[in-house]
Amino acid sequence: MPDAGVKAPLIGGRALLLVPAMLVLLLAFVGPVGWLLARAFTQPQRGLQNFEALWQRQGYLQVLWNTIEISALVTPICVLLGFPIAHAMATGSPRLRRWLVFIVLLPFWTSLLVRTFATVILLQRNGPVNAVLIALGLTAEPLSLIYNLTGVMAGALQVLLPFVIFPLHAAMARIDPAFMQAALTLGARPVRAFIRVYLPLTLPGLITGATLVFISTLGYFVTPAMLGGPHQTMIAQLIQDQIAQFGNWGMAGALSLLLLAVSGVLFLLLHLTIGLKAAAR
Amino acid sequence: MTGDGMDLWRRLRGTICILVALYLIAPLVIVVIISFSAASFLQFPPPGLSLRWYVNLFGDPAWTSSLIVSVQVLIPSATLATLLGTAAAYALVRGRIPGASMIGAALMLPIIVPGIITAAALFGVYRGLGLNGTLTGLIIGHVVITLPYVVATVSSGLRTMDPRLEDAASTLGARPGAAFRRVTLPLLLPAILSGLLFAAVASFDELIVSLFVSTARVRPVAVQMWSNVRGDVDPTIAAIASLCFAFAFVVLLAEGFLRRRTGIEGPR
Repeated sequence: MPDAGVKAPLIGGRALLLVPAMLVLLLAFVGPVGWLLARAFTQPQRGLQNFEALWQRQGYLQVLWNTIEISALVTPICVLLGFPIAHAMATGSPRLRRWLVFIVLLPFWTSLLVRTFATVILLQRNGPVNAVLIALGLTAEPLSLIYNLTGVMAGALQVLLPFVIFPLHAAMARIDPAFMQAALTLGARPVRAFIRVYLPLTLPGLITGATLVFISTLGYFVTPAMLGGPHQTMIAQLIQDQIAQFGNWGMAGALSLLLLAVSGVLFLLLHLTIGLKAAAR
Repeated sequence: MTGDGMDLWRRLRGTICILVALYLIAPLVIVVIISFSAASFLQFPPPGLSLRWYVNLFGDPAWTSSLIVSVQVLIPSATLATLLGTAAAYALVRGRIPGASMIGAALMLPIIVPGIITAAALFGVYRGLGLNGTLTGLIIGHVVITLPYVVATVSSGLRTMDPRLEDAASTLGARPGAAFRRVTLPLLLPAILSGLLFAAVASFDELIVSLFVSTARVRPVAVQMWSNVRGDVDPTIAAIASLCFAFAFVVLLAEGFLRRRTGIEGPR
């Protein structure tokens, strides 16, 4: 970014400190990503042929559909499971909160690959989960829990729960308990008070968490590759195939552009409705 | 909520919390147990205990050379990311730069944009530059991926720090450089170290970018694990996974210690 260096003296010496990081970002990230996205319109020749092929090939459309279907399934389950945890963090004792934060953070900082591999062991045919299910008499035969949709969901939830728990917890921690008491004192039944008073106040955190989960799932690579079967192929795997197997940079660019555009629009919507600043706080 | 509704919710909440906690922790515990297994496949519970998979791990040149590559990538990339990220965070928080929030958001892009896109893009551009399969190529990619963690951690450290301390130093006659070195830097050090730790963990765990730009000769641990997980799986991979887990655990404890000393907040 040559003009950062030119403008910097006008803004002040401190702006110069931004130059190295911005240079790395532009040369090693923005530039390459722009190059990849441009392939969509230039390879094999100029035009929109990659997007036409994308639209016409049944196999590609199926992968896009898988991607949306898996993301749309994972998101509500994450919210439903994350909500009670966030609530316990926000309203429980400091001791309970510390434990829960630790339990949620520890896997978060363990490599995705390690956790996904662990999920494979846990859910395999002769793994501990099947052993427990058989011991409890819930099933006679070991269930197929991996290399299918169940496996992808189990792996994705493992990884994505923190993304919904932390924003939800942040929203809940800001809610004044007096609101609920006021609703109850004024005669609202507990369930009604919860739905009409508490739930709306958690919505910013809920929407932020759900959007983060949905967007993260869209770009998933490791989880469907290790825990899914051929019917759970997602867009990131398709991008890798296009490059590694076919050298089809045009299609890889088109798929990347699609993935980036959908994620970008969702982020923009989140920013416009809730504001990323408020969400991050 | 009072009465029955409250009671029911409490019970439901408690049950879900316990189940989810188990679900999050169980895989990690099982991997550690299997890493000490005496069996030569991923059997649980293991029929006996042994250290053979750790011996195997450090005796197999494929694993040892990948560990060396990981360290060779991790140290320079985490150091560079910390230097660049700290400088950028200081400019963004203290610099009164127009559009600072936009620039800050731009610096977060590498962790927002799906990894597959960054990886494919770097691989494509590296082909023309001959950087695929080189340490330099891996280091550049890892700096990009880990920079956001440092910027986020150091920015939040700076925001919780009272700017009047620096002002006081300047008022009392310290030059800007001296004020930074003698006042800002010592106060900010825990946040910078947190950023460095996060960057180191993120670099060690980074898979997708490494997968694209590495080759069989220059292959970090994550990629070596990836190729093993998809081939013949034996408990060696549980041993390396347990070491990764121990590394993350130590880092998390260290970070918690740093945080308690300063009250800063991490990127999450």
